[in-house]
Amino acid sequence: MAFAGNFMNPAPLWHNGPSPGAFYSFPANTTSMGPSRETVSDFKAHSATPITTTTTVIGLKFDKGCVIAADTLGSYGSLARFRDCPRVLKVNDLILLGSGGDYADYQYLKDIIEQKIIDEQCIGDGLNLKPKSLHCWLTRVLYNKRSKMDPLWSNYIVAGIQDGEPFLGAVDKLGTAYEDAAIATGLGAYMATPLLRDAVDKGPIDEETAKNVVQKCMEVLFYRDARSFPRYQLGVVNTNGVTVSETIELKHDWTLAHMIHMK
Amino acid sequence: MVVKTDLEAASANDKPSTGGQWLSQWHNYNFNLTSQWFRNQYDSDVTVWSPQGRLHQVEYAMEAVKLGSATVGLKNKQFAVLIALKRAVSELSAYQKKIIPIDDHIGISISGLTADARMLSRFMRTECLNHRYAHDAPMPVGRLISLVGNKMQICTQRYDKRPLGVGLLVAGYDDQGPHIYQTCPSANYFDCRAMAIGARSQSARTYLEKHLNTFLDCDLNELVAHGLRALRDTLPNEVDLNNKNVSIAIVGPNTPLRIAEDPDLSRYLSLVEGEERRGGASATGDAGGPAEGEGEPAAQVQGRYKR
Repeated sequence: MAFAGNFMNPAPLWHNGPSPGAFYSFPANTTSMGPSRETVSDFKAHSATPITTTTTVIGLKFDKGCVIAADTLGSYGSLARFRDCPRVLKVNDLILLGSGGDYADYQYLKDIIEQKIIDEQCIGDGLNLKPKSLHCWLTRVLYNKRSKMDPLWSNYIVAGIQDGEPFLGAVDKLGTAYEDAAIATGLGAYMATPLLRDAVDKGPIDEETAKNVVQKCMEVLFYRDARSFPRYQLGVVNTNGVTVSETIELKHDWTLAHMIHMK
Repeated sequence: MVVKTDLEAASANDKPSTGGQWLSQWHNYNFNLTSQWFRNQYDSDVTVWSPQGRLHQVEYAMEAVKLGSATVGLKNKQFAVLIALKRAVSELSAYQKKIIPIDDHIGISISGLTADARMLSRFMRTECLNHRYAHDAPMPVGRLISLVGNKMQICTQRYDKRPLGVGLLVAGYDDQGPHIYQTCPSANYFDCRAMAIGARSQSARTYLEKHLNTFLDCDLNELVAHGLRALRDTLPNEVDLNNKNVSIAIVGPNTPLRIAEDPDLSRYLSLVEGEERRGGASATGDAGGPAEGEGEPAAQVQGRYKR
């Protein structure tokens, strides 16, 4: 019965949208499923949904390194709430990290990773964390959290130089991990990955080409992803080390928009 | 009067001088006695200092290392090598294992209480496995040693524990190249170019010191040969190295730790076979002298342990 709903008083056609005078209502709080039925008075509440979210992060390998790009928007549901949420992180001279998904969970993990690096520098034996190690470590942490039914709701792309060779790997919120020459998370997995793979399949690319391809992807994503933003950061890791750019402004042009009609 | 005074003066001069001698003799005697007292009074508990600023229990534990048979560790630019002399408790028993593999890139050689070494080796194996699980990479040797050092320190500072009675030579290979580390019951550890521990190991150290500058540039065979010669110097004249009482472990780049089995082991032994043995390696005494504590029976040292 509950499944069929109330036949005489159907629910409104438009669910979960922002209503006048109210904030966005998160899906998990209005359904009858999942941990959200638990109340604040419950002993422990698990995160059932991300709150402040970020969208796609892109990673691309080139002949002597990797690039990572991600825009700086923090969305509150569909609301473009925060405009300066940097999420491309220099971990050390060998590792670049990009994140998408819940921004708070990223900040939490970022603090832990930064402390890890500080601890390592305090040991002072000259050894540095390598990208493959961080990739593996993230897998363990994220999988462990998901196994407690309390996932960190975010995806990560680890880029770096592993023993002189470029490394690019992804970990999602469940701890699923893989390495690839081109990675895009979130909506970008559908729209940026084909563009990135086209570039990779044409043969080895240099740093400049990689940056141009990534810029093109950010542009496409900005036009088509409603949670994206025309400002983004570009991180580059190569044998010279890691650099993360200031925010880059995308040029965009909507003069054609009126000609597009969705059927 | 004059005579009397002279006599008095004479006797007065006499008495104190004899008295002084007697006093100083008594003093010496008393000093020896009290230092004996101190040793008994302050060595019952690990955490109690002696007035001389020493921790006797820790020093006794250092002695336990010298009871084990000798073992040598040395390295060149690529390889780290452990060579150990194995003992058999009796004719009826097998030779006691001296080299314990920890991970693909780390091995240890032990001298002292085997049971303590087994506990430490289990700890080291666990740490290496955990590091591989979390970081998908072999544990850096120096990091592992500092963990071991911290673990060994704890029991030198707690009243309900005793120091571990074992010394380790750790051979390992990581991104920074080959390593030889020595650990002590006092929880000190040392990064070494070459080292020998165990019974009569001073003669091995003397050999190693003499040839120290040649190790870095020699090849693996020469390195093993140096190790075998150093180890042989610890033997009494009537005993020699053979494939039963010698254990060799090698680790290096693209060379996971391997403990040499017989065809290889005999080949390594043949490198130094028939060489004239060094004069200094007599059974009675060597450069190490009394500091080695060579002849000390096991029961005597163990008796000093807190029970």
